[in-house]
Amino acid sequence: MKTPLLFLNVIIIATCGLIYELLAGTLSSYVLGDSITQFSFIIGIYLFAMGVGSFLSRYIEKNVAEKFIDIELAVAVVGGFSAPLLFLSFAYVSYFGIVLYTMVFAIGTLVGLEIPLLMRILKDELDFKELVSRVLALDYVGALVASLLFPIFLVPKLGLNRTSVLFGMLNAGVALWATWLLDPLIPNRKLLIMRVKGAVVVVLLGIALIKADRLTTLAEDGLFADTIVYAKSSPYQRIVVTKGKTGHALFLNGNLQFNSFDEYRYHEALVHPAFAAFKGEPKRVLVLGGGDGLALREILKYKSVEAVQLVDLDPMMTGLSNAFPPLAELNRHSFDDPRVSVTNGDAFVWLDSNEAEPFDIAIVDFPDPNNFALGKLYTTRFYNLLKRKLKPDSAVVIQCTSPLIARNSYWSIIKTLEAVGFIVKPYQTTVPSFGVWGYALAKQTPFDIPTDPPANIELKFLNHESFASMFDFPTDMKMPEGEIEVNRLDNQALVRYYETEWRRFE
Amino acid sequence: MKLSRRELLATFLGAPFALAACRDMSAGARFPDGEIVGQNATLGHVLREGRSFEVPADNWRSAKAVIVGGGIAGLSAAWKLSKLNFNDYALLELEKEIGGTSRSGIGSPVNYPWGAHYLPVPFQENAELIELLDEMALTDGRAANGDVVIREQYLCREPEERVFYKGRWYEGLYLNAGASDEDKQQFGQFQQTIDRWIDWRDTSGKRAFVVPSHQCSQDSQVTDLDKISFAEWLRNLGFTSERLVWYCDYACRDDYGLRLEQTSAWAGLFYFCSRVRKSGDESQPFITVPEGNGRFVNYFSERVGDKILRSHMVVSIVPNEKGVDVVCLADNELRGFHCEKVIYASPMFTAPYVIRGFNNDAPFAANEFQHNAWFVANLFLNDRPKPRFAKDFPLAWDNVFYESPSLGYVNATHQKGIDYGPAVWTYYYPMCHEENGRTKLFNYDWRELADVCLTDVARAHPNIYELCDRVDIMRWGHAMISPRPNFIWSETRARAQKPYRNIHFAHTDLSGIALFEEAFYHGVRAAKELQTAQI
Repeated sequence: MKTPLLFLNVIIIATCGLIYELLAGTLSSYVLGDSITQFSFIIGIYLFAMGVGSFLSRYIEKNVAEKFIDIELAVAVVGGFSAPLLFLSFAYVSYFGIVLYTMVFAIGTLVGLEIPLLMRILKDELDFKELVSRVLALDYVGALVASLLFPIFLVPKLGLNRTSVLFGMLNAGVALWATWLLDPLIPNRKLLIMRVKGAVVVVLLGIALIKADRLTTLAEDGLFADTIVYAKSSPYQRIVVTKGKTGHALFLNGNLQFNSFDEYRYHEALVHPAFAAFKGEPKRVLVLGGGDGLALREILKYKSVEAVQLVDLDPMMTGLSNAFPPLAELNRHSFDDPRVSVTNGDAFVWLDSNEAEPFDIAIVDFPDPNNFALGKLYTTRFYNLLKRKLKPDSAVVIQCTSPLIARNSYWSIIKTLEAVGFIVKPYQTTVPSFGVWGYALAKQTPFDIPTDPPANIELKFLNHESFASMFDFPTDMKMPEGEIEVNRLDNQALVRYYETEWRRFE
Repeated sequence: MKLSRRELLATFLGAPFALAACRDMSAGARFPDGEIVGQNATLGHVLREGRSFEVPADNWRSAKAVIVGGGIAGLSAAWKLSKLNFNDYALLELEKEIGGTSRSGIGSPVNYPWGAHYLPVPFQENAELIELLDEMALTDGRAANGDVVIREQYLCREPEERVFYKGRWYEGLYLNAGASDEDKQQFGQFQQTIDRWIDWRDTSGKRAFVVPSHQCSQDSQVTDLDKISFAEWLRNLGFTSERLVWYCDYACRDDYGLRLEQTSAWAGLFYFCSRVRKSGDESQPFITVPEGNGRFVNYFSERVGDKILRSHMVVSIVPNEKGVDVVCLADNELRGFHCEKVIYASPMFTAPYVIRGFNNDAPFAANEFQHNAWFVANLFLNDRPKPRFAKDFPLAWDNVFYESPSLGYVNATHQKGIDYGPAVWTYYYPMCHEENGRTKLFNYDWRELADVCLTDVARAHPNIYELCDRVDIMRWGHAMISPRPNFIWSETRARAQKPYRNIHFAHTDLSGIALFEEAFYHGVRAAKELQTAQI
């Protein structure tokens, strides 16, 4: 028996074992947030499971070498497929927690069996003192290798899925190799079967490695570069807040909503043109969407505003913006302002059923129309309902996605507004986190493009020059030549434009 | 005869599926509440006994006309009579509620249909129907070309349809996913054939297929299509693609409650051709609201409610020299009407049971008007199922299971733009796969039919048992007239259009196809006939 080579196996096994543990910890803090809890739970369960495995090793009495190889293959399969399986189960099943902890326990138990079995195989070659010292030392060396490789090389270069599959292959490789190293201990008739089994596992994992890209796009979509400081699923969407070098960012269903580093550009451009276009002192303001409270912050800068009605679908979102310090500080505790009232509901249904007094200004700040439920919030029907809540001279601003990336989508929204009788002044600005972003300023009566932001309002971005330039459209964002459809409930043309245009960037 | 659960599911949903479903059903799964609602089968069947009825002298009253039946045809007749200022009439309805198969229920978050749930936008030529739509404020004027413009909120909202196939949802009704070149080529050819029929005109300029159907050409090129089944027609033209055949079979089940082999080819083509203005155009869009065609029933009730007598079962109609005597049973007593005219707006097959002397010189063979049976279930959900796959096409208005004999379900909540939280789904099951469907339908109780419905829906939504709080079921013994081959262009149907001894027939049965527009046409026609006779 080639003892020194078996010691190499110890290092590999140990590395693999720790990698699976790190994978589970990282993955669960990625998708569930709260990394302290996740890592603590994973490490605890994993170590405990290893203890269970070590204990169970006593029940393996005969054919230790064969059992060792079988266990190695089992670790290869379960551990190797752990990351893709966990991603997929997070994406597609509701009992992700059960899958996660069961898997961690299973891997831990199998890994816990490895070293005791290996020590028993080696016990006849070395004396006990030597054996314990060497095996355990190498075991911890493997752990060090894993914990250094994982953050420095594996996650940034390979990603979680490939790392997982690759180390599965290493485990399978150990098993296959061990059929040669341990061949004196295994009856010849079984050798071939074991080698075939090993080869099948290697091939399976090999296929998974090649397909890892697809798995990654399938499951790793919307994973985040920065640390997650909040992550929770409401009945409507998945809310994630991250914290990075540039500040906090909010993601809904994996789509960036703002980054605190440049959101003031987006929200100043969203709110102040409507105030500039309104003649007189605006008193009543309607905000549709905007659950982050950042549009509120801009609106509340106006002393004349007496009442702001915000309608946002998700109570978890408005609650978070009010109670989660990083967000509440960013929106300057707007939700605590007595002028603000919040209604949680679908704005379409709210407009259809609510008899609110008309508003002077309406700010419409919905997520982009990437599904039919959102698409209906950009239809002629919706804008007709909105008109019923306006006065003849009210000013409206609508966020309209990017006129550069989704040119047809943008102009479809403009045409839809015009189709219900709004006079529309399209405008755009640059928000580095998003790119070039488009809005529509609309009134029901003819009006001139405002030339300046309102006076005596504290602004970080808008000034005389930048204000006027927003209403200029470079050639590549102008209304396209061909026919652009009006978005209606019964055609949802916008959702189809949007999907086609944004898909090019996926 | 009591069936095991497996036999029950095999009967309704097919043996292989039943086997799998029985295996999957976990014993502890929650089963929702609910009940059988509506239609009282025993009521109507009293008539079969052919008793004689003595009305106490005090219980007679006079009216110029009586309308028998409060479905769409009877209600349309009443609406038209009132518009013509013909006000001395009464409408007698057997059931506690009017509306027939257009009935609806009141619920939360929305009201919901018990049967018919949409109306294709009529062509501008259908002026009478458009007048009704105008009155109901469903319209928004006319387009430049004269077409009626329907208000956006009443036009079926996108996404309209999706189909569930092998575990996934796909957009549309025709299953494009996985279609072979041969499938695509046949589908293209099928569309071209349909287009030819859409543009076809006879020597007098009449269309082959148009709503209302009395305006269809009677050229033998067209009417000969009624002599074969739609299945045969497809075979004759070499259309064998499984998914095309499914698509046509679905159309027959959906509109007629019949399978492809049971449907006349004329009726099959009528489905595809009658709602398209010219080849290349989209099919006319659908007018729909959560309560479906219950919206029309409620409107009629608003307009002519004071003329309607519910729970009045007409037991005998006696034509005589002076006019017609109508006898009905209400509040456990017999009441009579001496009247000049009757509009008979009940299913045609009932005529011999009610009209005295009908069989002595039968004006038409009433038993050739055959109906099929359905059951309709309304599922009250506390929340919607989450999509199982990110790429699944989202919940639509009409949601169809490719592998099921049911028609799937319509989301009543859809049209209100309510996309989250509680919903009402209306599930449709035509008994066309059943020998003796009607008898069988009434042998099953609520629990069994609810089990069929939920097992079927669970193939796409396994957690339906947690989401669904209540399932109510309506059994329709005589839901729709069946346009089997050799019926629509038969002598029987032609004869039944004519009045018989002051009894004017008005029912969608007279068109051979059960559609709102046809019922409306016959109701209005009969009303106008009464008005003309008066002058």
